[in-house]
Amino acid sequence: MIIFQSVSKIYKSNSHSVIALDNVSFKINPKEFVSLVGRSGAGKSTIIKLLIGEEKPTKGRIIFGSWDVTRLKQSELYRMRRHIGTIFQDFKLLPEKTAYENVAFALEVSGRPEEEIHELVPKALEMVGLSSKADNFPRELSGGEKQRVAIARAMVNNPDVIIADEPTGNLDPINSSEIIKLLLKINELGTTIILATHNRDVVNSINKRVISLEEGQIVRDEEEGKYILF
Amino acid sequence: MITALVRVIKYGIQNFLRNAWLSGATIVVMVMTLTVFGGLIIGNIIARTVINSIQEKIDISVYFKNDSPEDEILRIKSILESLPEVKMVEYVSKEEALSIFKEKHKDDATISQALEQLNENPLLASLNIKARQPEEYSVIAGYLNNDSIKPFVEKVSYSQNAAVINRLNKILSISRNGGMILTIVMTLIAILITFNTIRLAIYSSRESINIMKLVGGSNFFIRTPFLVEGVIYGIISAFLSLLVIGPVVYFASPYIKVMIPELNLWQKFMSDILVFFSYQLIFGVGVGLVSSFIAIGKYLKD
Repeated sequence: MIIFQSVSKIYKSNSHSVIALDNVSFKINPKEFVSLVGRSGAGKSTIIKLLIGEEKPTKGRIIFGSWDVTRLKQSELYRMRRHIGTIFQDFKLLPEKTAYENVAFALEVSGRPEEEIHELVPKALEMVGLSSKADNFPRELSGGEKQRVAIARAMVNNPDVIIADEPTGNLDPINSSEIIKLLLKINELGTTIILATHNRDVVNSINKRVISLEEGQIVRDEEEGKYILF
Repeated sequence: MITALVRVIKYGIQNFLRNAWLSGATIVVMVMTLTVFGGLIIGNIIARTVINSIQEKIDISVYFKNDSPEDEILRIKSILESLPEVKMVEYVSKEEALSIFKEKHKDDATISQALEQLNENPLLASLNIKARQPEEYSVIAGYLNNDSIKPFVEKVSYSQNAAVINRLNKILSISRNGGMILTIVMTLIAILITFNTIRLAIYSSRESINIMKLVGGSNFFIRTPFLVEGVIYGIISAFLSLLVIGPVVYFASPYIKVMIPELNLWQKFMSDILVFFSYQLIFGVGVGLVSSFIAIGKYLKD
């Protein structure tokens, strides 16, 4: 369960302040698949940064499961983050680790025993179709392959929720649709998915809940929604 | 906990090997600074040997009047020995003085003949006094003016050499302080260069650090591999700097021996090589570890 309660985020600089989120409230239930849509700067990434505790809201409260994200200390955040899988536009793979090691890393940081890691990592890589590239470094993989490694890493921990911030932003349509298919499959297995994107085709092909953002406010929140631009 | 420790050590070694280019560059800089540090240690050994050997040569001799009874001289010797400033007092009797004199001039026929023609021993009994600190000779010289000693004293060498001893003392203390300041300054520079190099190496990993945070790595999990790398840098650099310094000492040793006969630098280096290596190791690992710790802290805070 994820709850945003009247959350605002204002970025202040010397001369002026920018309102990134303006009094936003919503609730995401377990096992939901939610798309956050809107133009660049509408507030999608801000919501994600606030949810994973990378930034603190100026006002309001954010609840993730049993955690009050707004009150977590920096040193406690990592425990919460082990329950969230994250996927980014720029993949964020560790360049000095192989595909296998990148996926294993998520398990190693949470202290899982080696036997479990040896069992789970190949499974995750198999699910994203990359068993044959386990020993390749990110620089030896294509964009689509990198993103699939990132998905394997996000799901290997069996997290409560996977957050994908523009996961298809750097990919061609074919790779994009494969990534979305993977996310849908993971969702079917019971993981909440939050997908932030401005790719209309992607959103319209999913047929799930869509939260539309504009200038930091929610303008629409529909089950089986579409990406509508004005 | 043990699994975590094994993992972070594995990461550290892995990062070190996979970033071979960066690790190599860091080590080159550290070897250079450690070589400077080692050079300072050796420089200090040389300077100390020179200073000590000069100090050894300074003493005061008190010559006693010809008719002074030996009992009195020995009484004065024991008084002097009880002074806190005095390190050693050596008694040279008239007879000993004569035999030393004869030994020194045995090849000189004129002197030997002249001595034989004299029926009595013309030399005086004396006490050679060495002070603990070179500055204390004036105190000791002052004490020799004491009324219980003075009547027996023929002459004190100090009054003749006072100017030279004072000037030597000044030179010694300047070189000692100068050497210390130089050592401190050079060590600080070495530490700063190493710190900066490691800071840059970690700066290049800031994106990875961020990713590890996002994936849920605790500070311990993110920091320790860098500390392990810092330790590896230190160990390897200590070894390599020894390989640089060793041959230099070996080839320089004969030349230094010409200037300072009492110092066999190569022999000293080899006999103390473990101590020397542990200095290098402590400095290298210490600086590597602390630098990594400080440099990584910046990325773990926010």
